[in-house]
Amino acid sequence: MGAYLDHAATTPVRAEVIEAMLPFFSDSFANPSGAHSAARRARRALDGAREELAGLLGCEPWEVVFTSGGTEADNLAVQGAVSGRPGPVLVSAVEHRAVLAPAQLVGAQLVGVRPDGVVEPEALAAALDACSARGAAPTLVSVMLVNSEVGVVQPVPELLGVVRERAPEALFHTDAVQAFTWLDVAALTAGCDLVSLSGHKIQGPKGIGVLVVRERAARVLEPVLRGGGQERELRAGTQNVAGAVAMAVAARLAAAERDEVVARVAELRDRLADGLAESTGALEPAPRRLRVAGSCHLRFPGVVGEELLLLADAAGVAASTGSACASGAREPSHVLLAMGWDRRSAREAVRFSLGPTTTAGEVDLALEVVTGAVARLRRSA
Amino acid sequence: MRVLVAMSGGVDSSVAAALLAQEGHEVVGATLKLWGGEVGSGCCSAGDVRDARAVADRLGIDHHVFSFVEEFEESVVAPYVAAHAAGRTPNPCVECNRHLKFAALLRRALRLGFDALATGHHARLALSPGGRPRLLRGRDRAKDQSYVLATLTAAELSRVRFPIGELTKAEVRQIAAGLGLLTASKPDSQDVCFVARRSAAEGGSGGRGEFLGRRIPLHRGRAVSASTGELLGEVEAVELVTVGQRRGLPGGGRARRYALGVDVAARTVLVGGEEDLYVEEVDLDRLSWVGEPLPAGAGCLVQTSAHGPARPARVRDAKVRFLEPARRVAPGQLVACYVGDEVVGSGVAR
Repeated sequence: MGAYLDHAATTPVRAEVIEAMLPFFSDSFANPSGAHSAARRARRALDGAREELAGLLGCEPWEVVFTSGGTEADNLAVQGAVSGRPGPVLVSAVEHRAVLAPAQLVGAQLVGVRPDGVVEPEALAAALDACSARGAAPTLVSVMLVNSEVGVVQPVPELLGVVRERAPEALFHTDAVQAFTWLDVAALTAGCDLVSLSGHKIQGPKGIGVLVVRERAARVLEPVLRGGGQERELRAGTQNVAGAVAMAVAARLAAAERDEVVARVAELRDRLADGLAESTGALEPAPRRLRVAGSCHLRFPGVVGEELLLLADAAGVAASTGSACASGAREPSHVLLAMGWDRRSAREAVRFSLGPTTTAGEVDLALEVVTGAVARLRRSA
Repeated sequence: MRVLVAMSGGVDSSVAAALLAQEGHEVVGATLKLWGGEVGSGCCSAGDVRDARAVADRLGIDHHVFSFVEEFEESVVAPYVAAHAAGRTPNPCVECNRHLKFAALLRRALRLGFDALATGHHARLALSPGGRPRLLRGRDRAKDQSYVLATLTAAELSRVRFPIGELTKAEVRQIAAGLGLLTASKPDSQDVCFVARRSAAEGGSGGRGEFLGRRIPLHRGRAVSASTGELLGEVEAVELVTVGQRRGLPGGGRARRYALGVDVAARTVLVGGEEDLYVEEVDLDRLSWVGEPLPAGAGCLVQTSAHGPARPARVRDAKVRFLEPARRVAPGQLVACYVGDEVVGSGVAR
């Protein structure tokens, strides 16, 4: 048996979710836009999922726009806002590439973070003021709720307050893809104009995501995908009914179990982080209290993370450096560089990420394997 | 044996991996990401990674991508730029082998528990009677790459394998085709991998000037006759002139003119005729021996470019003395010493 400690990359789909989505591949396969009774069945299921998610996200059902995943939701937020209302975009320097890449395409300004990874409200205020001083009212501000690499929770309510005060016209987007398992997203994103979520990070399937588009944003946003006018004309394409249903079930279960999961996983995470700190001298770049329960991001001085992962993998322990590109090559983490790390230190980082299915046995295996691998790599350095 | 094979995504390293796997070794492939990649550069592109991975899949072996971007910048690209800035002619492939493939990567392979590192170089290894590894030219003399490996030492070679060294390029391609590897007919790589290629029609400098121009100031310079001191004209960038080159130098006339020396500080290129090009000696820096050093004054064959001729010479006190005058060696170029087909050592032309 191995240990899967890469839940921030993706999570296993839970049985209840698979069960819930199966009918939409067989009996209820119809296109929800159709005019016949089979289509109506599919549409009812889609609307049901939309309502359920709206309840869990603290928004209205019509504000839930289904997408193909978190990346598309982020792209729709950024590209859609800018094409609807051209103007300056400010994003944090530690955003996921799904926000950074489209933002950089329109020349977005990056807002730096503190060494602990947090975007300070004062820093955002200064950036907004500088923007206004140049006579340009910002179109969009985007700061993620939970960082995908180091797990740091950003003070989104405070940041939203700053934006409302300094740039009342600007839309505020938050990428909450890494948050839902651990945090009350509805409460923390209340009032945000745009919120991105992904199904497969919460034990749902890949290929489904949501962009919450609140009224203020809906007036501005232009679609990225055009065609049949689905999803309030914000996202064309036949809806992924099975995916939407699955995401709703996954979210419902995650929300119901959240308190229990957070308490249990935090304990496992502490055991892993404390254990590795003791056995290997691993360092924690960001304080644990700022991070979600599943995040165990460590730096192993004198060890190349890439090498550690290889040895760990060979012994059945799956983790990540948190910054792999599609080719599989480690890239210097833009998150760690933004936090002030040098490139050498950045390559000593490894992201273990735990999830609701993580067991004590997996943590014990990881402790044993990683301790041994670090010792071996240091011995032969 | 557990062997890590450096797979570039080309045909040679594909076949190297295939042969080792056929021999029953536990083989894992690794493609190096060395360069962030400027548009159009031929190195470490996503396409090469894809090809290497497809070959590994076909062979049923694991494949990883290793990033050595920082080391490559530090020990290959930066020295390459610095050498040009000093008017020298660097040899980045040699430095990549010296610092990356057979140093950082080899160390990583050993740390990860591999017994050896294999590459697709056209070179052969043999054992001396005393059990010391010897580095020999590849069987395919036209493709021989022993020159760019001449900085390796016996200690490194004892952990290295060159599985295709006994094969000709045609045989390598034939094996690849026989195994259905998609790299079978892939063209050979060439030029400096991190410098974007540019055709002759677009300026012909291979993009080197453009690449360097983004990193260091390039200076116009005077071309001066080495014998008379007479000003012959201008060169566009002294940093791009290589000792021995003809192209791009001013002055028509019937006589062929060659660059004999580059003085970046004085913005001057010394120019002379073919008769001035020949020298009897070349001084070496960074002298290194594969195994035992040659006895002082011992004869050997000296090769000063990747596929140039090997000329008889004697080596003494970090100085090579040619038996017959030979064309000048550009400072910065590797000078490899052979005895027969065996590489015995190397130095860098001063």
